[in-house]
Amino acid sequence: MYNLFKIAIRNLMRYRRRTLLTSSLIMIGVVFVLVFVAVTGSIKSLLIGQITDSMLGHLQVHKKGYVASIDNLPLTITLTPEAVQTIENVIKDISEVEAYSMRIKFGGLFSNYKETTNIRLNGVVPESEIKTIPLLPERIIAGKYDLKEGNILIPELLAKGMEVSVGDTIVVIATNKDGSVNGKQFTVAGILESVTGPGGRDGYINIEDAAEVLRMDQREISEVALRLGDFTMLHDVYLYLTDSLSGEKNEAGNPMFEVHTWESLSPFHNISQMIDIMTFFIKIMLIAMVLVSIMNVMIMAVYERMREIGTISAIGTMPGKILSMFILEGLSIGILGTIVGNATGCAIIYILNISHITFNFGRQTGLLLQPHVGAADLLTVSVIVIVVSVVASLQPALKASRMEPIYALHHV
Amino acid sequence: MCISLEEHYMSLIVARDIYKDYQVGEVSLRALRALNFEIEPGSFLSFVGPSGSGKTTLLNLIGCLDIPTSGSLTIAGTDVLRLDRKGRAAFRGRHMGFIFQDFNLIPVLTVYENIEYPLLMVQNVPSGERSRRVMDLLESVGMMEQRDKYPDQISGGQKQRVAVARALVTEPELVLADEPTANLDSKTAYMIIELMKAMKEKSGTTFIFSTHDQKIVGAAEILYTLEDGTIVDRKEMEESDHV
Repeated sequence: MYNLFKIAIRNLMRYRRRTLLTSSLIMIGVVFVLVFVAVTGSIKSLLIGQITDSMLGHLQVHKKGYVASIDNLPLTITLTPEAVQTIENVIKDISEVEAYSMRIKFGGLFSNYKETTNIRLNGVVPESEIKTIPLLPERIIAGKYDLKEGNILIPELLAKGMEVSVGDTIVVIATNKDGSVNGKQFTVAGILESVTGPGGRDGYINIEDAAEVLRMDQREISEVALRLGDFTMLHDVYLYLTDSLSGEKNEAGNPMFEVHTWESLSPFHNISQMIDIMTFFIKIMLIAMVLVSIMNVMIMAVYERMREIGTISAIGTMPGKILSMFILEGLSIGILGTIVGNATGCAIIYILNISHITFNFGRQTGLLLQPHVGAADLLTVSVIVIVVSVVASLQPALKASRMEPIYALHHV
Repeated sequence: MCISLEEHYMSLIVARDIYKDYQVGEVSLRALRALNFEIEPGSFLSFVGPSGSGKTTLLNLIGCLDIPTSGSLTIAGTDVLRLDRKGRAAFRGRHMGFIFQDFNLIPVLTVYENIEYPLLMVQNVPSGERSRRVMDLLESVGMMEQRDKYPDQISGGQKQRVAVARALVTEPELVLADEPTANLDSKTAYMIIELMKAMKEKSGTTFIFSTHDQKIVGAAEILYTLEDGTIVDRKEMEESDHV
């Protein structure tokens, strides 16, 4: 094999300019894919982080049927204390769950004593909520994260529209599940920057206040939001949680709970999938680039070296060795392009990182681009290029190995 | 002691009723007709004749590079017409060496590596034995000093010496040379033929070459004359006929 490689490398060096051009083309393709994967990956994880860490959490557990009616924020599809206890028992066994938070979600009226408008509110336990969505305090553009009883955090647009500032007193009026109306006075503790996605324009109050406004006899919870220590374990935890809770049935024998990852709760997941599809097509372009360039160069090599093929075949070189000789040439070009491409791609990604490039997403500005390419990405791109190099060399190599020496020797 | 059937033969080559036709468009051209001959091991033999007489076609058939349209051909005890493409390649690698008119050295290999190539890539001879054989032949063909040069750094005569060494390095029973001196000046051509003859004396290898160079013809011990695809004369040269 060493000798075949040696001959392959020397043949490539013989046509130095052509080898260099082909390798450069492959290198450019590899660099393009790596930088694209790194940048889009960075944007994607940043945006996913924004959505999960400032609103949704990584996973949510609801009473069965809640998410289908989530636009109405139903108070009739809630988790009883017994159901919450069941969920907590399961969650406590999952080491990957870093934090969880109980929420009472409801819609109500918001009044500044002059005007009234609608508001969607989350009643939360302040300490556990901040552990579950740690970016929530960062959304506060005025005031502070202080959700003691009687305080409220309101969305930015509502504050502007209703001309309410931090420290002002407002009233929240809500209808409970029995249809009775109740109201409570709150002090605006903070104003939240709105973010794109579900819950991005909700206000926050203490869970005790929510229970009081809704006149709950017992603490009923709309959702349990979970945060994982390792985001990559999302689907494993989802499956475990779904499996563990699937045994719980209601009186009618139907499942009592439903578990959702952020993906099924946020429309951003579709954008994330589109990024993945774009990445896939970029990889297809790389494959086409490598395939065409290597096939072209190898067809030329076979055509130009017909007499050499005839000679080595006449001497008694077996077709398999001739095949290997040409495949190794294509493979060597691919390996060269991959190595240089990976090195250049990593260098560009490093430069992007130290350049501290920022971008805006919705109303959020100054998000820092931190492109990152993992070993798996490098390996995937390398394997694609190397496999395609071999595939592209196969046809010309087969042609060379199957060539009749008499025909090859007399080729002019 | 066991002697294989393949090794136990009287004639190295036995050709019977060999015909070779070429199809050119819708026209069939007969290149060889009714050839019958036997060649003894250790011969130094030449096929001569004008252009188009069928010398190269016949050498291609003997070299298992091509197959006849009909007839039988036995080389070194093997019916070579029964071999498939891979079988013919293996047979060539085991029993034959080739010297080409245009030298056909591999340009990316040095003189040493060109001679070593059949041992390394065809016969998988161990390193020590390989080195010994290559060095012996480099010495024999007088190319020791040029062993690290590439083909484009040596003259035509030197290239053909390397080609002779490459053909002999596997210690074949048969070396085929199609117009080996056609691209050489007469002095170098004569030296190459003398080299081939010396190697034949040293190794006992059968040499068959084709030529229409009258100055070289005299070097052959047996002369077959071809005309229009058929053997018209067989002459065993006397010592006095030799150049």
